[in-house]
Amino acid sequence: MNGAQDLGGAHGFGPVVPEPDEPVFHADWERRVFAMAMAMGFTGAWNLDGSRATRESLPPAQYLASSYYEIWLAALEKQVAATGLATPDEIAAGRASEPTKPVARVLARDGLEARFRAGFPSSCEPAAPARFAVGDIVLARNAHPTGHTRLPRYARGRRGRVERVEGAFVYPDTNAYQAGENPTWLYTVSFTAQELWGASGDPGGIVTVAAFEPYLEPA
Amino acid sequence: MSHDHAHDHPHGSDLSPVEARVRALESLLTEKGYIDPAAMDALVELYETKVGPHAGARVVARAWVDPDYRARLLADATPAIAELGIGGRGGEHMVVVANTPETHNLVVCTLCSCYPWPVLGLPPVWYKAPPYRARAVIDPRGVLAEFGVTIPETTRITVWDSTAETRYMVLPMRPANTAGFSEEALAALVTRDAMIGTGLPGTVPPTPPEMPV
Repeated sequence: MNGAQDLGGAHGFGPVVPEPDEPVFHADWERRVFAMAMAMGFTGAWNLDGSRATRESLPPAQYLASSYYEIWLAALEKQVAATGLATPDEIAAGRASEPTKPVARVLARDGLEARFRAGFPSSCEPAAPARFAVGDIVLARNAHPTGHTRLPRYARGRRGRVERVEGAFVYPDTNAYQAGENPTWLYTVSFTAQELWGASGDPGGIVTVAAFEPYLEPA
Repeated sequence: MSHDHAHDHPHGSDLSPVEARVRALESLLTEKGYIDPAAMDALVELYETKVGPHAGARVVARAWVDPDYRARLLADATPAIAELGIGGRGGEHMVVVANTPETHNLVVCTLCSCYPWPVLGLPPVWYKAPPYRARAVIDPRGVLAEFGVTIPETTRITVWDSTAETRYMVLPMRPANTAGFSEEALAALVTRDAMIGTGLPGTVPPTPPEMPV
């Protein structure tokens, strides 16, 4: 969706402000939100693409006025209610008044570190041969889906070159809505800075995007 | 790390509004059995104390001393990183890109906050915030200047936008005057920002000629 999350190329946000010796978390509530998001994701009630879709569907003014973990918290509250794991009234009260809904699994302390150090791969067996090969010139589709997608606006309608064929991966555009993992070829596509930004592009500069096959067409 | 899992007063007056919401949600989800606070404590401890850029620095140092390892790392990064016992959530599909005199690499996620957790830890606030996400792709030299980094005009900048589950780490160039350095000494020169591309590794002054005793 053309939401506030799609920030590439925007002006007016000011300078980057690095924080020396930055801590991993800035408050205890950030620790809890981070861990809650991980633990709730583990239940299988939703997936990572669904979390991203929910975060970016926050109203743009709210998204841009919120800190990172405030965005996560707002999305968590929405996802818990949307999946029926708890009602908005229960969320407001912080107390259960409705029965628990079964979830696929609950993250336990035992074995947790090994589980997270093993990871949760999203690669999968391809359903069809790859349409593009390294070196192909492709056009990123000028499409504006209202749902979740991972093709940034700045690349849409632009011509690029396939640099890497990454393999088949879970397709975020459908997986976000529990509408299937839909194994889809993923490519790293390079664009010249001047193709993306015109004369203001850094001369000689390149921007690469990891683009799913449906985002691309032959140029 | 201490956390009071109070169920009785989720809206205690000493809490800020956001703290009260977090407390209420955690209390509710715990009561319903969807989450285990002890597991959450362990997750926080893992990412606050164990997973961090020291892991990526080990990868870089190994690549600097071992050309075969460097070749494996650039060809297929995930198994090469796993050789050092490093991997996991947010780094299942790693791509390592090497800086050269011709090309400087810079990593961003314009759409959210994708970042290679197993090698760099959780991302800093600036990486997740709009200024960096907005400008890294359109004005990389301006962003680098804000980090105090100047890349020669003759060096091309390639920006890697992390728009899928592939995660990028920059392999910086080995600093001069480090011949004979141990891997540990080399790793100590590798900063987090050098592996994002917003920084360069530490520099080492030339060894002065030996003084007669």
